[in-house]
Amino acid sequence: MPEQPQVERSQSDRPMIEIRNVTRSYGAFKALDDASLTIKEGEFFSLLGPSGCGKTTLLRMIAGFDNPTGGSISVGGQPMEGIPANRRPTNMVFQSYAIFPHLNVEQNVAYGLKRLKLQGGEEKRRVEEALAQVSLTGLGKRLATELSGGQRQRVALARALVMRPKVLLLDEPLSALDKKLREQMQVELRRLQQAVGITFVLVTHDQYEALAMSDRIAVMFGGKIAQVASPKEIYQRPVNRQVADFLGGMNFVKAEIVEENGASLVVDTLGFGRVKTDKPKAFVRNGGAATLGIRPERLRVLWDNATAKFEVAGKVVERHYFGEITHLIVEIPGLEKPLSVTETNDFGADDIPVGTSIRLAYDPEALVAMAD
Amino acid sequence: MTAAAEGSPPWRMTRARRNALLQSEPVQGLALISPTFLYALILLVLPILVVIAHSFWTQNYLTIDRTFTLENYRIALTEPIYRDLLWRSLYISLTVSLFTVILAYPIAYFISFHGGRHKSLWLFLITIPFWTSYLLRVMSWKVILGYNGVLNSGLMGLGIIDEPSTALLYNSSAVIITLTHAWAAFAILPIFVSLEKVDRTLVEAATDLGDGPLRSFLRVTLPLSAPGVISAALIVMIPTVGDYVTPKLVGGKDGVMIANAIQAQFGKASNWPLGAALSVTTMLIVTLMAGATVLIIRALQRLAR
Repeated sequence: MPEQPQVERSQSDRPMIEIRNVTRSYGAFKALDDASLTIKEGEFFSLLGPSGCGKTTLLRMIAGFDNPTGGSISVGGQPMEGIPANRRPTNMVFQSYAIFPHLNVEQNVAYGLKRLKLQGGEEKRRVEEALAQVSLTGLGKRLATELSGGQRQRVALARALVMRPKVLLLDEPLSALDKKLREQMQVELRRLQQAVGITFVLVTHDQYEALAMSDRIAVMFGGKIAQVASPKEIYQRPVNRQVADFLGGMNFVKAEIVEENGASLVVDTLGFGRVKTDKPKAFVRNGGAATLGIRPERLRVLWDNATAKFEVAGKVVERHYFGEITHLIVEIPGLEKPLSVTETNDFGADDIPVGTSIRLAYDPEALVAMAD
Repeated sequence: MTAAAEGSPPWRMTRARRNALLQSEPVQGLALISPTFLYALILLVLPILVVIAHSFWTQNYLTIDRTFTLENYRIALTEPIYRDLLWRSLYISLTVSLFTVILAYPIAYFISFHGGRHKSLWLFLITIPFWTSYLLRVMSWKVILGYNGVLNSGLMGLGIIDEPSTALLYNSSAVIITLTHAWAAFAILPIFVSLEKVDRTLVEAATDLGDGPLRSFLRVTLPLSAPGVISAALIVMIPTVGDYVTPKLVGGKDGVMIANAIQAQFGKASNWPLGAALSVTTMLIVTLMAGATVLIIRALQRLAR
């Protein structure tokens, strides 16, 4: 994974986009169901979810290509109802890039400026500036058909940025690129957003992309927003199993609630014994049962005679090699499902024979309670 | 395959080779087009060669004098009557293709952008006029435009004119009206196809960048559908220059076109070489005009940027 740039720009707390109880129905089907969300000025915000979860519908409604059947959207404090897409302070980077094939790079970037009839070489200056921002200086005369996928993506970005929108909307902009280029563009996009300070709203189904780039993420399922939080919180403290599952591997352990008070929860589990954990804000008690989750990388193999304050013992039943890491499937007596453990290969986890009895260390902090 | 062929008896080798030959793409391509190609060669290229040859000969009462001469071309290009007829034919075909394209574009646009699930139904409806013979369709225009025709009675009934107008039928306008109607479908289809190919996201991108519906149409949809407009214009223009039935039926004295003159030379006047020279001249001029049309539309497309 490439490193994130260190420049952190302070963002204001002023809301840029306010989405209030927005619903979009097609007959009986609700593509978006009573979604409410506030996106702050200068924020890099991601809408994350599987296909069909309503994230693109929401983005298109912010852009003005679709209208809510209920609720309201405002951008920069201005209600967007009745304002057509061409008069909104938003610009979009399309998934297919939508580069005009009959125009060259310069003409594509200048497309939206032409109508403004800028004076004294201002148009040319802004086009050059935008091309420089996306490192395309010197390619202005190329035709769209002569560009690589990555270059087209940059043209689409420059064409939108040159309009100096209040909000830049990105509809799965990296999904058509290969892995290496995608990771490079993630870093560049983040850096660009920090440099221009424009609010970015990104739609993606790739959890790593959302985690790597965003200030905050909204995870969506079936037209509803499941959780809105920072990448770290979403990853470490998912509100439910669905969110936890979507953001990478998670071991789920059945638990019995022993004690519940204001901020914490005491539960009994078969494998991990009695655990005291933070109670999630959205926790709704459903009888006496609860679910605990622990990420595979938060379980560490204990070598030789090393001990830890908290440990579980088990037997390796499967081993999968992934280069820098190894994935172990460990059966724990009392747990109905074996645990997945992700271990780096520097101490030889890739050489543990299947059938070996091992002990795993964990931090009780890493065990999170969640709604089913 | 070659390795296997080397070790086998000679007759196997030839069969393998024949199979390879039959499976090669150029051969398959040639095999596919050869029936049509032969048909076109016999019925199109040979007659044209005969016509070209005749155009350099002279009619000598009942026989043809096969000495090379350019006299027929001199007559075709300098005799006022033929010059006028040629100009009129070009004028009529240009006007017809212009009107046809202008009228066909909105229909094609509507079907492509707003046809929804019923696109094929709309296209089917457009072909309905072709269920009747072309002659009947021309005759029906006679009924509409004639002295006691539908249009005249209608206008008189509304009190707009006092007596039937004779300006409607038997002139170039009647030919233009009839041809525009007759060729509409041929213009709608290519424009429709090119509009279908316009990526709708591009129109959205133009809107996103601030263009209203008219601007995005002029800057994106129209330039990208130019190939369809070019083919529509050519499909209408090329055959209408040489149209002979329509002017004969609704053109009257003032609507006569070059094809009527050519027909007369091959028929009553019985001067095949002159008719041939007129044909060849018309063909060359149509070619030039078609080329010019392509260039003009391309230039307009570039201007739209």
